[in-house]
Amino acid sequence: MTAPSPALKPTAGALFKERLRLLRPDRIVGGLVAHLVLIAGALFVLLPFVWMLLTSVRKPDEVFTAGFNPIPDSFHGVENYGHALNQSPLLQFMGNGVIVCAGILVVQLLVALPAAYALAKLEFRIRPLLFVLVLLGLTVPPQVTALPLYMGLASLDLLDTYFAIMVPFFLSVFAIFLFRQFFKTFPMEIIHAARLDGFTELEILIRILVPSALPAIAAFSVFSITSHWNDLYWPLVVTTSPEHATPPLGMMIFRDQETGSNYGALMAGAAIITAPLVITFLIAQRQFVRGITMTGVK
Amino acid sequence: MTVLAAPSTPAPAPAAATVRRAVQSRVEARAGYLFATPALVLIVTILLAPIAVVIALAFTDYQLGAVEWAWIGLGNYERMLDDPVFWRSLANTFIYVAIVVPGSVVFALVVAILVNERKKTRTLYQIIYFLPVTTTLIAMSVVWHFVLNPQIGPIAALLRSLGLPAMDVFGDPDLVLAGLATIGIWQLVGFNMVLFLAGLTAIPRDLYDAADIDGADHPWDRFVRVTWPMLGPTTVFVVVTTTITAFRVFDTVAVITRGGPLGRSEVLLYAMYLEGFQYFDIGYAAALTVVFLVTVVALAVMQAFFLDRKVHY
Repeated sequence: MTAPSPALKPTAGALFKERLRLLRPDRIVGGLVAHLVLIAGALFVLLPFVWMLLTSVRKPDEVFTAGFNPIPDSFHGVENYGHALNQSPLLQFMGNGVIVCAGILVVQLLVALPAAYALAKLEFRIRPLLFVLVLLGLTVPPQVTALPLYMGLASLDLLDTYFAIMVPFFLSVFAIFLFRQFFKTFPMEIIHAARLDGFTELEILIRILVPSALPAIAAFSVFSITSHWNDLYWPLVVTTSPEHATPPLGMMIFRDQETGSNYGALMAGAAIITAPLVITFLIAQRQFVRGITMTGVK
Repeated sequence: MTVLAAPSTPAPAPAAATVRRAVQSRVEARAGYLFATPALVLIVTILLAPIAVVIALAFTDYQLGAVEWAWIGLGNYERMLDDPVFWRSLANTFIYVAIVVPGSVVFALVVAILVNERKKTRTLYQIIYFLPVTTTLIAMSVVWHFVLNPQIGPIAALLRSLGLPAMDVFGDPDLVLAGLATIGIWQLVGFNMVLFLAGLTAIPRDLYDAADIDGADHPWDRFVRVTWPMLGPTTVFVVVTTTITAFRVFDTVAVITRGGPLGRSEVLLYAMYLEGFQYFDIGYAAALTVVFLVTVVALAVMQAFFLDRKVHY
């Protein structure tokens, strides 16, 4: 690699040159080609969404003859969505999803925030050991602990409960790591001052550090809720009845009930289950992207 | 919590200051233990103990509910060597990874570079490409299954109207992994695009201006001389993260193919699931889990190693 030339400030000449470059024919063609490639990719990305929504408002018999015809002949959406909601307890599955995600998130935060504060700012003997365990934990996928946890829950007769679905995720070493990195940058002087003012360590955590970490907490919440709303492996392992089924399990139950006959209702069901997260994403795009890709930019 | 309160009256003498510091460090240590305890208890009970149990179970022939079981040493690993399902699952998982990683990384890189040059449409494209990342993969797998249905799916209809034979992607042993990988790529592109965009915005504009002065103002020259070398660390990171994610493929297999047809979409995690939670062959499932864990940890170590070296040119 050639060493970078010394930094250049954009001068009037450079700006003029930049503008000239934008007008050159190869730039214009380049722009067109870029759009064509991006649009082709976007069609691939959007295809299942578009087809899901179109099919969810088609009449059952039309589904089998529609082929590539995108526009439904008649609007059958009310029947399909009604069928999806009546035929199987989709709303209950989603309610289960809310309970499970909320339960997991609350415990994760209650466990991780104090631990992160201890790791970042408090001196105690086993701190280095704890940090090593957290780092090791980061590399262990949840499927590894599934077998013993399943046996443990079975022996306690706790299978097929909300608790069983939530318990492996009460500990998020990722949350501990993330908040620890965040607290690490918090100025020590403020903590010293608070101690001199008679704040207990718990008060320092709750009244000073947690409020300062709200952006990180929000980003982690997005990450946590998305992963557990969408998780299949563990709920599939511990849930046997539809009563506690989370949205992905509910989708599988619903699909098996429909046995391939009513695609309109099936697509309506898929749309209903996908909707909450997609709508949240469209509203709070920036926070959402930051939360989900946090694993990547740590 | 009042026991934790630090003494609030500043001590005048140096000796008193030392005492105060000692008291403070005791208070701090106590708070540290208190705050770390819930995490520590959970680390031991739901992380370390289960891992130890899995490793131990892998040396037994335990079946769920069985009254008698025995230590069988490396028996499960020997059985694995002779198990066609294991080898098929491992091979299929690697083929899947070998399609998804280059596919989603190159696709995402191209999209990121093109999106990065857009001004008015930048946000729109970003939203579109990120959409699959936010969706419930199970629900969208059901949709993909329908979209690629050889009788009534739109793709088959399109192929037929072009005079081409319709493909039964998930029913054809030679196509099934490619079909699942397509869904994998579809779900990962937006995630990788965001990582690449972050890498791209971190490239100083000066470098492009400098390349410009050196005569490298054609887009391809700019890419080869500036963008690609500067994206080195991001690319390595994206490749390793994608590899770990792709290695854990499960959802699409469980919903669409269940390992079929002819076992051509059996993957490691699905084999683990079947042995452990459908056949309840706990000992053997534990051995599979150990293999899975070792592979994932090896990948993670590789990741840490590359990141430490900061692969810069």
